[in-house]
Amino acid sequence: MHIPADRSYTKEHEWIRLDDGVATVGITAFAAEALGDVVFVQLPAVGESVTAGEVCGEIESTKSVSELFAPATGEVVEVNEATVESPELVNSDPYESGWLFRVRTDSVPELLDDAAYAALTQEG
Amino acid sequence: MKTPLHDVHAELGASFTDFAGWQMPVRYTSELAEHRAVREAAGLFDLSHMGEIELTGPGAAAALDHAFVGRLSAVTPGRARYTMLCAPDGGVLDDLVVYRLAEERYLVVANAGNAAVVSRELTARAEGFEAEVTDRSAETALIAVQGPNAAAILGPLTDADLTGLKYYASMPATVSGHELLLARTGYTGEDGFELFLPAAEAPALWRKLAAAGREHGLLPAGLACRDTLRLEAGMPLYGNELGPELTPFHANLGRVVKLDKPGDFVGKVALERAGDPDRVLVGLKGSGRRAPRHGYRVLHGDDAVGEVTSGALSPTLGYPIAMAYVPPALREPGTALSVDIRGRVEPVEVVALPFYQR
Repeated sequence: MHIPADRSYTKEHEWIRLDDGVATVGITAFAAEALGDVVFVQLPAVGESVTAGEVCGEIESTKSVSELFAPATGEVVEVNEATVESPELVNSDPYESGWLFRVRTDSVPELLDDAAYAALTQEG
Repeated sequence: MKTPLHDVHAELGASFTDFAGWQMPVRYTSELAEHRAVREAAGLFDLSHMGEIELTGPGAAAALDHAFVGRLSAVTPGRARYTMLCAPDGGVLDDLVVYRLAEERYLVVANAGNAAVVSRELTARAEGFEAEVTDRSAETALIAVQGPNAAAILGPLTDADLTGLKYYASMPATVSGHELLLARTGYTGEDGFELFLPAAEAPALWRKLAAAGREHGLLPAGLACRDTLRLEAGMPLYGNELGPELTPFHANLGRVVKLDKPGDFVGKVALERAGDPDRVLVGLKGSGRRAPRHGYRVLHGDDAVGEVTSGALSPTLGYPIAMAYVPPALREPGTALSVDIRGRVEPVEVVALPFYQR
């Protein structure tokens, strides 16, 4: 499974990409595959403060519910309305158009790079 | 445990899940696409994990009347019936389909998780009757073709008269060169067929059905969509809507209990005395997209009054649906209730079952 090298990963199978102090957050293809068809995403609101490692939303598939964790601390500056409208984007394009929300942040905690994340997903 | 089709599923890239000790395909690509295929075209299911137990002999009919709550002796050869195996206290041990294959020959098809219990109970309950119980689960595969195009897919592969094969009927047939038992039954709310055949022949038949079905929109379909399909059709799942602490009356399935059939049957005394159930199964319809799920609390005002047994965002209907046990006073369609969905109370309305009817 393809894992882009231009971003970092969490053990909770989320990805985060930092551009000029704004971090874009999504879930990985591995997570999307494991969830099955995503039918609902509950995202933090714009203006809300989120804390790294804490629950900030939910992702529901037909068969399961997973919590969404904030991978960085900061203020939510944008949510992906396209994904809210069409949650299947999380399955079809998890690394690009299926992103979830953006956080303005000073610091991104120490996370996994693509190789470390690949190793994590292969542990099963 | 693996079904005889395990390698075929792996080739198709299926995701597997453990179900009653069996490694079963949960989905091949997308459970929503598979669900839609069954509603609009057709789906191909591996149900080889289910139990097949045969009863033969001059006393088979009487043995089944004693063992089950239904009157299986009244089933015409070639027809099938939905029935239940109850404990002496009236609790449901399994819900199953019984096919009468001939005057003195029946096939009992049990849920995978209960197959051993059903086999054991049938053997014990058939004692004293002129009937032989044989568990054929290991040597039998079960493949289902379900959906509006099922007959069009099977038609060219068999000489059997599919038009003459009614819902809840079965007949011996040859399909693509395989001698098997062809039944018009299913668990999806659609027209469809279930094919019982020797385990070793299952991969070959599966491939032939998949190839023949391609132009009819047939997709291999996993357990994830099987669950949403049966939920939309208002069909109970053992372990969710049915269990040993519930009688058929709780699940609104009192019609399968034939208290007036001749002779005694296991559970009869308890079921006669059961009276009105303290809770009953209802359908719930939500709004928005957050689905009530198994185990969530049902509220009436601020009071917790029941529990969700199954729920999902209905792929066909587009809104959340669920089944739940609530007090009989709250069973009327239109009753406003709510469900605690992970700390958030969402309104739901009691609706008549099934949610979906073809």
